[in-house]
Formats: sequence, structure tokens, C-alpha cells
Amino acid sequence: MRIELRDIHKHYGAVKANNGITLVVEPGTIHGILGENGAGKSTLMKVLSGYIGKTSGAIVVNDTVEDYRTPAEASRLGVGMLYQEPLDFPPLSVLDNFVVGQAAGIKNKQAVFREKFDTLVRHFNFSLKPDDVTRRLTVGERQQLEILRLLSLGIEVLILDEPTTGITAEQKESLFRALKQLAAEGKSVILVSHKLQDAEALCDTVTVLRGGEVTGSMKAPYDANVLLEMMFGTPPASPSRSAVEYGTTVLSMHNVAGPGGRTGLSNCTVTLRRGEMVGLAGLEGSGQGVFLRLAGGITKPTAGTMELSGRQVQGNDLHSFKKAGVVFLPTSRLEEGLMPGMTITEHFALRDNDTGFLVRWQEAEETAQTKIRKFRVMGTPISWVESLSGGNQQRLLLSLLSKESMLLLLEQPTRGLDVESANWVWWHLNKYCLRRTTVVFSSSDLEEITTVADRILVFFEGRIVMDVKKEETNVNELSRAIAGKF
Amino acid sequence: MPAEMRKRSFVITAQSRVDIVLKYSRDLVVALCVVMVFTTVILLLAGAPPLAAYYHILKGSLGSWMRFGHVIKTWVPLTLCSCGLLYTFRIGLWNIGVEGQVMMGAIFTTFVLRLGIGSQMPMIYLMGSFCAGIAGGAVWALLAGYLKTRGGIHEIFGGLGLNFVAQAVILWLIFGPWKRVGIASMSGTELFPRELWLPYIFHIRLSVAALVLAIIAIIVTALMLRYTKIGLYLKALGSNVNAAHMFDLNPHGYMLLAMIFAGGFAGLAGSVQVSGVYHRLIPSISSNYGYLALLVVMLANYSVWLSPAVAFFFACLNVGSIQLPMVLQVDSSLSGVIQGALVLAALAVHGWRLRTQRVEVEWTHE
Repeated sequence: MRIELRDIHKHYGAVKANNGITLVVEPGTIHGILGENGAGKSTLMKVLSGYIGKTSGAIVVNDTVEDYRTPAEASRLGVGMLYQEPLDFPPLSVLDNFVVGQAAGIKNKQAVFREKFDTLVRHFNFSLKPDDVTRRLTVGERQQLEILRLLSLGIEVLILDEPTTGITAEQKESLFRALKQLAAEGKSVILVSHKLQDAEALCDTVTVLRGGEVTGSMKAPYDANVLLEMMFGTPPASPSRSAVEYGTTVLSMHNVAGPGGRTGLSNCTVTLRRGEMVGLAGLEGSGQGVFLRLAGGITKPTAGTMELSGRQVQGNDLHSFKKAGVVFLPTSRLEEGLMPGMTITEHFALRDNDTGFLVRWQEAEETAQTKIRKFRVMGTPISWVESLSGGNQQRLLLSLLSKESMLLLLEQPTRGLDVESANWVWWHLNKYCLRRTTVVFSSSDLEEITTVADRILVFFEGRIVMDVKKEETNVNELSRAIAGKF
Repeated sequence: MPAEMRKRSFVITAQSRVDIVLKYSRDLVVALCVVMVFTTVILLLAGAPPLAAYYHILKGSLGSWMRFGHVIKTWVPLTLCSCGLLYTFRIGLWNIGVEGQVMMGAIFTTFVLRLGIGSQMPMIYLMGSFCAGIAGGAVWALLAGYLKTRGGIHEIFGGLGLNFVAQAVILWLIFGPWKRVGIASMSGTELFPRELWLPYIFHIRLSVAALVLAIIAIIVTALMLRYTKIGLYLKALGSNVNAAHMFDLNPHGYMLLAMIFAGGFAGLAGSVQVSGVYHRLIPSISSNYGYLALLVVMLANYSVWLSPAVAFFFACLNVGSIQLPMVLQVDSSLSGVIQGALVLAALAVHGWRLRTQRVEVEWTHE
């Protein structure tokens, strides 16, 4: 089945997630879509699989323009998607999950489906047993199950979204074998990934996206450098930062491991010093979030030791972290940072450290007004925080920090912000560094990290794979490390 | 056109509290009208005259000082329970165990009062029994709280289970250690001597002390929730427990504190039932006031000022509908029908109003 995307646009207000994307997927090929986080790959695939509607453009299936609105309609046409987190029902058995969405009629077709399942399992040489409980399967096995289910629904175009995260090397081999087999049988496979080596090993054609647009495409064999340049672009000359003298150790971790995200964090040994501005690079979910939460005392480490200003700390004692001046600002501001339904004034009242039984409302309102003015938050003291825009929520979160913090841990501080707000955030954080506060932030924008940070830690699959000063590296080296080639 | 969210972003400001309460009261009146229509239909189907029924409910509750006294007797424990529930609702807990907390308060109160039989200073025992009642309710609530924080058991199930346990304990006490001499009867323990009764105005059987207690409870709760740090923290944790780390708040600690408050007030309600209403321990000492208080608070939209008003309305319904079987051959459980239907109608009206307002917060790109 031949799929053509013609000039696909997907706009969210002023944000152009997909800005005129055109590409063709031929039957019997494996087509890779590469790009870093935020490039628009996931959005494009969601449009193609019917999960979200497009703003404009056309999807052409075998020379007929199709207009489908739901994943169910898409799958009837033969387009199916395998999500990063397989959408199955853990309490049900493998066979039940296989049958989901297909069973029709009163007569028990169990035997029919069982045979269908066995045929497919043998065809791809998977090791799935129909009566196992799905909850006990590994991610790789659940993926295999999902592929079988989609195939049994009659899918001709299989889209895979970042399939190789969280599976073992053997399972990856097995998956790649299966995909190659599918292509050989005339089906089309679209692989969305940020991992260069996967695309190189598997795909016949690769299209690269950046900033919502197609920056290039290539047929096998590939030149990694060309692909990297298409993915990340050539960096501007980074402005030099005046040499800052780093002070005493603020936080040190030895072989720390912790849970969370897709892969957790393992074997982490890092030392942070006063006044450093550290950028955490890497694809989203590679362990940066876990690192920040471990350092902030939010998550308890499952291994290793941590020292805060020379004193050993137990992972789950949030209070002592806070007293030492460690602050963590999450990326999901409304879900983990602010209280919906409460006003700005109430947030400042919450922050009041004065030991007293009564709330000092007058003071809280005055503080709110002062901070709103100083941080230029577009809101009033009696605004509910959920009504503020993302940029203003970020300004509010920053205004809630005290000046005397020792360590600031920020998860994606400029996410969703316009350029002006983002620049303001960095100007504000720079002031903290000058005051000898250590600032650690994660970002999926490599350009931002190389412009702002003194020191860069690259995360890949739950480990820190690179720890360099900015002067000692360049964007190409960093992007290779991020993509897994180091 | 694709089903996309139409963005209309504007800054929502918190209107003054009075404004919110007034707006909600308007919704409440609409709900009341809807329910009146509904119950009228039911009455007609049952072959009873609707207008006469409402008239008798009204007369039966407010028709005389004596009857008004009954209404207050119902209103006080109901309001006490409601005040307590405001704390747990604020932090987002469903304290279904309030019924058992009333019972446990009643048990502790009875225990202390029994010690005071024949004493020269009954007032001491009376006051002590109130403290015991508060303690009893608080301890029972704390139990449900610990089941949640240490055991991960949802407070609905913990509370419900403990309700059954408390009820069983009461029955055991009434038929066992505290049974009447000679007769073990469902009518409860031995009646307490007069001096251990809560003082009341004889003619209308209205206990001023109980009334004062309820009013104090309302005022204390209003002040606590609005002006103290505890009230603010409860609200914050009820809004978003995941952001607790930002403000160094310990969610479990405050959950237990909220339960203690709720249990304390409920226990006090139990005390009033024992020393002011029944003057002994009976199996149905809680009279379902705990469960009813949940309805009251939900209907009052968790407002500390509307709750007593709604409680008063419910009390009138309860007391007034006692007349119905005698006068109209309609079962007095009609009041229960009205109360339940009212809560459903209020939720529906409120929900409908929220949808028609279409307030949308600005969409943010993931």
C-alpha cells in the first residue's frame, strides 16, 4: 500500500508542529523518520494514524485521498500504529489481547483465533504463549503481541513509534527480523526514531524532520554526518562565557541508581560545584528527569550514596534537602509544581516560612504584587494559576524560589515558552549562578544547552555517557552522543 | 471540521467568596424546584395529596416550639458532623467513616457518664464525657487515616469497614457489659439520671448548650479554614498533592490531621446524641447523621456557611415528615427521597452550569 503525505500542516495556535510536510512511503519498504525531540515526528505519526486531526494537507492511500478521523477508521483502511507504550490490557491473557477488537458474533471463535495466533507466532518466530498473562510480559514481548494483533486486523502500513526503547538487544534483533519480513511481504513499515544506528541498520529510506519541516531525505547506505546535520543543523558560534571560578562541592553522587521514566537511571557518579550551570542533554526520558528528582530528594535512590555539602543524605528526606536549599522545578508545571484552583496570592501564602498559626494574608498579597511586577507575570494576585499561560506559570514558579537557594534543579525550564520568555528565564538563572548557586537544567534543545551551559552531561538510555565542559566539545560530538553513537 | 479545542484564553480571577456562595445558592434553588416537581409526581402516583404533604412537613417541623426544639436536636449533631467533614473534603478525602466516628464518640461518652452515676459533681463528668467523645471520634478517624497512609487502603473502604465494627461494638456493649439489669434490650442501656443530662429548657426541650456547641463549631471551622495555615495547607494538598514537595508539605501528616478534626467533631456529635438527645446508648445512636452529613456538605458545595443552612433544611424535612404516616398515610421515608433527590439534582444543575460556561484555559503545546 502506497502512502503519500501531501503538505501536511498541524498547527496548535501559533505553534506549527508540522509545517508543510510531504513524503512518500512505498510498499514493501521500511521508511525511517528521524529527528530530535520536538521536531514534529510524533505529531506527524499521530496525524497519519488518525489519532489527531490535521490542520490542512492530504493523506493519499493508493492514489485515493482519504479523510479519516479516528484510529479505528485508519485501521480499517490498513494503517496501524505501534505505540511506544503498547496499548494492551495487562490483566488479560495474551490470546485475549490478540483477539481484542476483532471478535464478532456469539459463537465462540476461540479456536479460530488460537489457530490464527499460532500461525502468526510461528511465522515470525516470536516466543509468545497464548495463555500467559500480559502483565508478566516484557515490553519487547508486548510489542510483539501488538504487532501480531495489528497484522491480524489486516494492517498494511505499520507505524512504529520509538520501538527500541526499553527492550533488550535480542528482542531488538527479533523485532528487526520481523520488520524486514513484513517489508519483504509487501507491507510498508514506518519507523519513527531518534536513534541513528537503528535507522541505519533497518531502513531503506530516511526522512529527517526538524522544527516541523522536512530538512532532507536519504536512501541507504547512509552517511551519519549528513544525517546528523539534517537533524541538528549547524550551530551558531556560541558566545563565550567569562571564566567562572567554581567553588566547593554542592552535591556528589556515587553509583546512584533510581527508578522513573522509561529506563530509570543507573551507575551515576557526578559531582556538582557551586556556581556551575550544568545542562543535561539527551533525548527525553533518557534519565535526566530521574537524575533531577534524585538530586532534589524527591525520589529515593535504589543504590549508591549521595552527599549534600559534604554530609551524607538519605534519599527520601525531602525536608533536609529543602532546608539545605535544594529546589526542584518540574516540567509539568500544573501537574507537579502549582496548585490549580488556588490564586497567586495563596501560593505566596503557602511559601511563607514564618512559623505562626495564622496566615498573613496582607503580606502574601503584597508579596504577590511585588513579584508579579518584578517577574512580569501577566496576571493579578487573585488570578487562578491554571489560567496563566505556560510562560507566565514558569515565571511564577521562578518567583516562588528564594534567592538563597544552593542548588536549582530545573526540568525543561523553557519548554513551551516563546523566545522572549525563554531569554528572560536564562537571564534570571544566570543571576543565580553569579550568586554562587548551582543551576542544573535539562533540555531537549541542544542549541539552548550549548549556548547557556558551562558544563554538559549527556544522557542515553539511563546512563550518563558524556560529562564535558562546553569548551571541550562541539555540537556534532554532542549530537552523536545523544543519538547513541559514542 | 476537525474536533479541535477552540481556544479562548482569558485570565480567570477568583471572585469574592460571597459571590460564589450566592451564585451557588441560586443553583441550589433551581435544584430544589426540580426536586419538588419530582416528588410531587411521586406523591401523585402514590395517591397522596402533594400540597398537603408539604404543608404537614412544614407544620410538623416549625409548627410549634416543641417541634422546633426537635429540629434543633437534629440540626446540632448534623451540623457538627458537617463541620468535621469540611476538613477532610478540603484535603480531598472521602471520610465515609464519619458514621462510625459518631458511634465511637457515643461509646466513649457513655463510658465516662457511667463513671459519673451517683457522683456529687455531675458537671465534671458531663464535660469530661464531651472530651471523651471528641477523643473517641478522633481515635476512630485516625485508625482509618493510618490504614490509608501506612496501608494504602482507601479511606472509603477503611471507613466503611470501621463503621461496621463500631456498630458491632455498640451492640455488644448494649447486650453485654452495659446491659440493663434483668433485660437486655434493643432500647439500649439504662437511662442516665437527670443530673447527667445535658441541661435544657424544659418547655421546649431545647438544649441551649448543644446549640451553642454547634454555633461554636461553625465559627471555629470557618476561622480555621480561612485564616490559619492548616486550612491553607489542607486546601493546597487537596488541590494537588504532587506539588507538595514545592512547598515542603507532608501530605500524610495533614491527611491524618484532617481526619482527627473530622473525627473529633463527629465524636462530639455522638456525645450530644447520648447526653442531650437519648440520654443513654442505643443501637442506632448515630441515626445515620454521619452519612446524612456527607450529603449535606456535598449539597452545600463544601461551603462552611451553606452547610448549616442545608443541615437545617434537612432537619426540618426529617422532623416534619414524622407527621406524614399519621396524617396522610404516607411513609415518613419520603423525607429521605427528597434529600437524596436533592443531592442528585444539585449535582446535575451545577454540572450543567459548569458546562454552559465553557471556560477554557489556554492550551499549552506538549
